[in-house]
Amino acid sequence: MLYSFEFGDVIEAWPALVSGAANTLWLSAVSVLLGVVVAASGATAKTLGSRAVRFLVDCYIELIRNTPFLVQVFLIFFGLPAIGLKMSPNVAAVTAMVVNFAAYGIEIIRAGIESIPKGQIDAGKALGLGPFKIFRLVVFKPALQAVYPALTSQMILLMLNSSICSAIAATELTAVAGDIQSRTFRSFEVYSVVTAMYFGLSIFFWCVFAAVNSMLFKAGPRGAAR
Amino acid sequence: MKKLQQAADTKANRELQSEAIIRLSGVGKWYGQFQVLRDIDLAVRKGERIVVCGPSGSGKSTMIRCINRLEEHQQGKIVVDGIELNSNIRNIDEIRKEVGMVFQHFNLFPHLTILQNCTLAPIWVRHMRKSDAEKVAMHYLERVKIPEQANKYPGQLSGGQQQRVAIARALCMNPKIMLFDEPTSALDPEMVKEVLDTMVSLAEEGMTMLCVTHEMGFARQVADRVIFMDAGQIVETNSPEQFFNNPRHDRSKLFLKQLLH
Repeated sequence: MLYSFEFGDVIEAWPALVSGAANTLWLSAVSVLLGVVVAASGATAKTLGSRAVRFLVDCYIELIRNTPFLVQVFLIFFGLPAIGLKMSPNVAAVTAMVVNFAAYGIEIIRAGIESIPKGQIDAGKALGLGPFKIFRLVVFKPALQAVYPALTSQMILLMLNSSICSAIAATELTAVAGDIQSRTFRSFEVYSVVTAMYFGLSIFFWCVFAAVNSMLFKAGPRGAAR
Repeated sequence: MKKLQQAADTKANRELQSEAIIRLSGVGKWYGQFQVLRDIDLAVRKGERIVVCGPSGSGKSTMIRCINRLEEHQQGKIVVDGIELNSNIRNIDEIRKEVGMVFQHFNLFPHLTILQNCTLAPIWVRHMRKSDAEKVAMHYLERVKIPEQANKYPGQLSGGQQQRVAIARALCMNPKIMLFDEPTSALDPEMVKEVLDTMVSLAEEGMTMLCVTHEMGFARQVADRVIFMDAGQIVETNSPEQFFNNPRHDRSKLFLKQLLH
């Protein structure tokens, strides 16, 4: 039962691990940014769109939320080339993460939109603002603020899920780790270090989210004014 | 005698109709099977101050919310400032530009500063330049006596202050008519006065006002007419003096008796 840790190989492969972590970081960051844009557009379409548009958005959400992420990744990377859409592993990974995140993001943002008291919309109408302006100027920001914790949790989940993209050889942290352990057979050491690195990445993301929170939502908790 | 009185009433009503800035004729509204407004006839002259009172559920709020189409009426006709309220969105927008509204729960936008709350509609609806809109906003914030709060957020203000901001926000659109939907009902007693004072000064300047309120002191002081509603109908329209000292209808008498206790 005695196991002697041997970190020599891991230390030797450190530059590769760091570059894998950096790749994970930027793949996730790009996916989060694009994902939020798609999710916000989807939530807008679901709130203001026609019945047909809302139905299409619903179909998309249900399709994504009820199928495994790995299958979605495979479909994009291996399936789409069949219809002429060929992507590099990293582009396919970002696409899959955006498509996956947006489905959950739409539902989260929609919940925020629904939490806005009707009085706010009445006030917007009484001032003569039209539905699109009310949505943009009155509803959207408080809605985002209301669900910000849920939305950022989903973003962290997206970053962690990026490890699944190692299956299509995207050059992210888990793929690099797999590479190292298959060469050195030091699985325990490699994955312990990688676990710590993912944890560090998560802490970094939380810090960024906290900074964005205090920058965007200066008004503080919105309970005081209905 | 009664017939003569009726004839005089009709004549007065006809004169009123011709110069009315708000005219409701035969307005009816239902929530499902339940009728909330029944055959409402009301004409409001320019500069007139009207207090609407009545028990809860009598349709007072619904009636004034119909005037800027926050609620849709299903029967009758509503004409505001010469424009008929119907499903034509352009008409609705035109009317909302000219009709300010103050709500029971203030409904300030919590993510915007007081100044931004006041400039939002002038910038986006009246297409004013930001600097001009801010000048107008500061003017009205001074009028409601809280210019020093301009850069705070609504959550940092007391209820009374928030309601005064809400009044300023509505005034920034330079409306011809102001609707008040129980503006003091959600306030602590010591804050009611500051809001009422603002409303009184507005009334003194000749603003056309329609106020749903149970502040009878306010009604006595500024109202030209008091309208008493019950079960979706206008039961009595009277001068404040007559209404408080000598109400015509039993329902009004009962209401006033309960209010005084």
